[in-house]
Amino acid sequence: MARAVTQQRKAVNTLVAWAIGVLIFFPILWTILTSFKTEAQAIADPPLFLFFDWTLENYSVVQERSDYMRFLWNSVIIAGCSTLLGIVIAVPAAWSMAFVPSKRTKDILLWMLSTKMLPAVGVLYPIYLLFIQFKLLDTRIGLVLVLMLINLPIIVWMLYTYFKEIPGEILEAARMDGATLRDEILYVLTPMALPGIASTVLLNVILAWNEAFWTLNLTAAKAGPLTAFIASYSSPEGLFYAKLSAASTMAIAPILILGWFSQKQLVRGLTFGAVK
Amino acid sequence: MATQHSRSAARLMMAPAVILLLGWMLIPLTMTLWFSFRKFLPLRGGDLGWVGFDNYTRFVSSSSFWPSVQATLLIVGGVLVITVVLGVLLALLLDQPMWGQGVVRILVIAPFFVMPTVSALVWKNMFMDPVNGLLAHLWKAFGAAPIEWLSQASLTSIVIIVSWQWLPFATLILLTAIQSLDSEQLEAAEMDGAPVLKRFWFIILPHLSRAITVVILIQTIFLLSIFAEIFVTTQGSFGTKTLTYLIFQRVLESQNVGLGSAGGVYAIILANIVALFLMRIVGRNLDA
Amino acid sequence: MGRIVLEQVAKRFGDVEVIPPLDLTIEDGEFTVFVGPSGCGKSTLLRLIAGLEDVTAGSIQIDGAEATGVPPAKRGLAMVFQSYALYPHMTVRKNIAFPLRMAKLDRQEQDRRVEQAAAVLNLTDYLDRRPGQLSGGQRQRVAIGRAIVREPAAFLFDEPLSNLDAALRVGMRLEISELHKRLETTMIYVTHDQVEAMTMADKIVVLRAGHIEQVGSPLELYREPRNLFVAGFIGSPKMNFIEGTEAAKHKAHTIGIRPEHIAVSESKGSWSGVVGVSEHLGSDTFFHIHDTGLAETITVRADGEVGFRHGDKIHMSPRTDVIHKFNESGLRIP
Repeated sequence: MARAVTQQRKAVNTLVAWAIGVLIFFPILWTILTSFKTEAQAIADPPLFLFFDWTLENYSVVQERSDYMRFLWNSVIIAGCSTLLGIVIAVPAAWSMAFVPSKRTKDILLWMLSTKMLPAVGVLYPIYLLFIQFKLLDTRIGLVLVLMLINLPIIVWMLYTYFKEIPGEILEAARMDGATLRDEILYVLTPMALPGIASTVLLNVILAWNEAFWTLNLTAAKAGPLTAFIASYSSPEGLFYAKLSAASTMAIAPILILGWFSQKQLVRGLTFGAVK
Repeated sequence: MATQHSRSAARLMMAPAVILLLGWMLIPLTMTLWFSFRKFLPLRGGDLGWVGFDNYTRFVSSSSFWPSVQATLLIVGGVLVITVVLGVLLALLLDQPMWGQGVVRILVIAPFFVMPTVSALVWKNMFMDPVNGLLAHLWKAFGAAPIEWLSQASLTSIVIIVSWQWLPFATLILLTAIQSLDSEQLEAAEMDGAPVLKRFWFIILPHLSRAITVVILIQTIFLLSIFAEIFVTTQGSFGTKTLTYLIFQRVLESQNVGLGSAGGVYAIILANIVALFLMRIVGRNLDA
Repeated sequence: MGRIVLEQVAKRFGDVEVIPPLDLTIEDGEFTVFVGPSGCGKSTLLRLIAGLEDVTAGSIQIDGAEATGVPPAKRGLAMVFQSYALYPHMTVRKNIAFPLRMAKLDRQEQDRRVEQAAAVLNLTDYLDRRPGQLSGGQRQRVAIGRAIVREPAAFLFDEPLSNLDAALRVGMRLEISELHKRLETTMIYVTHDQVEAMTMADKIVVLRAGHIEQVGSPLELYREPRNLFVAGFIGSPKMNFIEGTEAAKHKAHTIGIRPEHIAVSESKGSWSGVVGVSEHLGSDTFFHIHDTGLAETITVRADGEVGFRHGDKIHMSPRTDVIHKFNESGLRIP
């Protein structure tokens, strides 16, 4: 029951919350603003906030010089394919766990989760070696595989919690109606769980997009995604704030927008259902 | 509640996920264990044979080991304290009635979606740079000498950057937990005459305890392995070499795979201890 | 055609024996009701016939063909679930057509059968709505429509009316009965409500703890309950049971007399007591009578106009020709 709150108190809440919100958001805002400045304006003293000559020059320079589109394309392919591959593998597994649970289901789920907690650095060299062995180093397919594997537990887990909410009777009805297992999953389960599957895809695209251990260690020029693109800006060369900002803005903008759509699912996915 | 037919179908459909993850876990883990007992220098002679627990003792007794443990603990501990405390306060604030709540929430959550390399670079250059960084301008505006953040206060800087990234996560989860609190409980307490602080201490905080535990455990697992933030800022210098970064250097930079693998085994054990606690909470929730 | 034969069918979940081995034959075209208190295994039995659960032992034959290991989709049965189990993302039309689509019938045949079923079930105006936009009764009809388009060997109903309100329940009861008369297809209907069982069934199977207590037509069960459990379960209000000296007079351990078989009077009768609660239904009145010296309460069903009030002294005369007699182990004495 919401109670009547005095307008005054609401105004104070609003003011404080907005101030803090803007403060937290400020680094992103500042980056976006700087990306529209000239390099000289970017380091002006005192700093310029809104009153500068807005320019799009940095964006074209970044694109020309470091081929932003190629990195972007790599990010899209790697995040997208690893998530889709993960979904294809996880949907049947989650179906099994949600609708044909056995005594071991819980153990399997927890075990899958435990693989997610394996520190990457602990297996860095073996993976590196295997990548050389199978000629996967600096290839998109290699990263798709690795990112699919590290996110698979989360995908299975999220789908499992969504599937659990679908009444088993509906699947049984489909079975009675003559649906094969494939029909049942394709025509009944998947359409019904579509919102859940969409959230799972969204969250995992975000996680894959931002992954910055394997993408930095297993790629070079060819298959590097945006994380690597940005890391290449870590050694400064002359005036570069505005360009860095433009590059950063381009790297985070797609995911920032996706992320805002998926805030609710974020909690469920990242806490493995422990907080709802 | 199923037939033999569907049970065997279930096993079959679970197989790809299970086999893949099993392979993903066992193959590299076995290799790491194997390397950790060998003297293995890929660029300087390759595999030089069995050395028993030599790598394990050497890793622990090296001069960089304890500082790296210390740096790891300081970073993880610092970020946890900041994110949990501020997260609780922020969640309480966001739960209050206000105008534009949705927008504020979006603003607060945004940093979580910023890729680690971007946030590290933006902070390093545009905020913490001693000459052109905004913080330097701010310090000068108050007449203070700008700080060379990443060398003079390197650990603090890393903690600030990582906290900024993880505060949204803590806030979001704690906010979700607060919203699940039955408001009648609070109203009952108010009727019983409990003042605001008491209500927070005796009702809200206990209600949040599970969410806080979950936040701490999950963040710990991710924080133990932060990499990009250090990789693009200090490269492990100025006392910011964490355990993860130390192992990374041993393996890829100095190409001492045996030694690095032994370190990796330590890291795995450490992560598993934390994971064990998390699993128990998650597992209990599965039964509910 | 739908003759279903169960032979020594048993079901165990782990160590728990839900259904001990039982035999049952359901004749073609028969409306059979499985009735019993919750947890008696009636739904499990239905799911065994449907193929949604495996039998632990025994065999099931449908139309003379062995069906024991056959998956549900291939048994040629249709089922209506308690929750209706409609596909929420499909329109009514698509819901009803789903089994036909699965059977890969051509589009025209699909449309023809859906239209036909919709006409029978008064759903023609709702074909393009989704289940979420329908009332409980309409949803129920869609579920039935989905079952009839398949032209199954038998229909299985799992407590289909328990989610409807009382008024709708009576209406749907009639509709299902009429459907059975028209289709003349075997129907197996599970319910915990003995009124549904009595009004709809050709044959009632009373179950308790997985055991079949009695099989028979509604009137057989009403007239000659095989034991105390069936006697108490069938009939409303419940049969009165009397033990002790009054029972001994009839050479039985327990005697049972239905409320409608006791006449009441202000002055004369072999039994007497004090009126407690009286429930007036208009057509009938139920009196709950205390201090009879026979049992804690005796329930009597009298004419609606009979007026006794709380605390009144009342006399009762049981009809001696319809007194049921049971021995120590609760079995009927003929």
